[in-house]
Amino acid sequence: MVPKPTFSEEIGSLLHAAHSNPLKTCIQCGTCSGTCPVAKFMDHSPRRVIAMINAGLKDRVLNSNTFWYCASCYYCTVRCPRGIDIAGLMYALKRYSIWKNRYQEGLVGPVFSETFVKTIMKSGRSYEPVLATSYLFTFGVPEFLQEAQTATNLMLKGRIPVLPPRIKRLENFRRMVRRIIPIGGAS
Amino acid sequence: MKTYAYFPGCSLEKMALSYHQSAIETTRMLGVELKELEDWNCCGATAYFHVDELLAHTLCARNLAMAEQEHLDVVAPCSGCYKNLYFARADLGRDPDLAEHINYALEEDNLHFTGSSAVRHLMEVFVDDVGLEELKTKVTQPLDGLRVAPYYGCQILRPRKNHEDVEQPRFFEDLLTAIGAVPVEYALRLRCCGGALILTSRRSALSLVRNLLQSAVESGAAVIATACPLCQVNLECYQKQVSQEFGTEFSIPVVYFTQLVGLAFGIPPKSLGIGSELVSTRDVLSYAAK
Ligand code: SF4
Ligand code: SF4
Repeated sequence: MVPKPTFSEEIGSLLHAAHSNPLKTCIQCGTCSGTCPVAKFMDHSPRRVIAMINAGLKDRVLNSNTFWYCASCYYCTVRCPRGIDIAGLMYALKRYSIWKNRYQEGLVGPVFSETFVKTIMKSGRSYEPVLATSYLFTFGVPEFLQEAQTATNLMLKGRIPVLPPRIKRLENFRRMVRRIIPIGGAS
Repeated sequence: MKTYAYFPGCSLEKMALSYHQSAIETTRMLGVELKELEDWNCCGATAYFHVDELLAHTLCARNLAMAEQEHLDVVAPCSGCYKNLYFARADLGRDPDLAEHINYALEEDNLHFTGSSAVRHLMEVFVDDVGLEELKTKVTQPLDGLRVAPYYGCQILRPRKNHEDVEQPRFFEDLLTAIGAVPVEYALRLRCCGGALILTSRRSALSLVRNLLQSAVESGAAVIATACPLCQVNLECYQKQVSQEFGTEFSIPVVYFTQLVGLAFGIPPKSLGIGSELVSTRDVLSYAAK
């Protein structure tokens, strides 16, 4: 029997699609972690996650909040001396975890992303009030009230749409999507 | 007159309407026409790429193919849209199999991607395509002495597109100087505002916003200028939350660069969407109306 790909090979091949250098070339210099503005909120810094992937620690990587806390600022990517696309890696890990339906409990990121995709499928454009449903429930009372206050102020300034926008050739658009993902969430 | 296919993006329809209005007004004075792409769709933001990259590229390719039909280059005012459209074009351009797959889907909307339309950020139209010398000839109300913190944010610069200087850019400062304002130097001008983390991991994003506001305020800036709707919203609309969370007291206006350019061109503030902000811009306006 042919050996199954390891976790690090799986992630490596996802990253390959992003035209990055392989994770195995990482020298653990820590430039990415030192650059990352969100590192102190992450369970493991970007450098550490790369070491963990290379060591095959799949469960610990998937259970971490690291990649869902990545803001996609690409600072690490432009600075890595080995040409590793760390931001691309964080995207790859997000996709991998959605694909496997495995992520740390309580994270808003995965729910938000999936809600977003459904909104686009429905109308071709995004619409803030629907997106809000994916994260508002995670807020405590003070945060919720604050959010409501900000939303009200924005509404008063005419900055929140009342009706969801829609593209005109929506039927074509949906058929287009179905050619990419034949059974996908276009319904 | 140079014409572009204008891709406003979802935010500019409402949340950042003032960016849209000021973009249209200022480019018109520069002899540039922004012709809105008919029936454009969402570029996928970041969230779409979390779920499926192929589909996200398809969304971008549909917009690019529509611009190609009109033989126009695309201009995006939002840095996120710009980055997505730019790299969709680049990735499809270097991967014929990917382009073929996506073109098969685009047939459903009678479209075909070839890569003939280039992708520009709105700021590039001002700085590179029109040029600052030309822009200066339209300045009638230079914003003399107005101290502005130019906030680049991320995706207008990163990932690297061609050869540009991603560590020490100066184009935003140069633009501000051209309209008479004083660009202040501050450490965090290229740091992230948190982007969509403001929705998905509130605390971490608020801390990034706080650091940025602090850095700008300490440099003596009277206003922050941005070139992206997400940055504008994060930096302006969450100042109250930041204050609550960190016990600080920030109240610094955050405007689009096109609004400052418009004021320097002598365009009435109302036509630039000024008046829809949550933090008052009164002090900024006092520099324009002399
Ligand atoms: S910057 Fe690059 S080489 Fe250095 S630790 Fe991060 S990924 Fe590894
Ligand atoms: S792209 Fe993500 S991991 Fe890299 S520096 Fe930015 S937030 Fe950190």
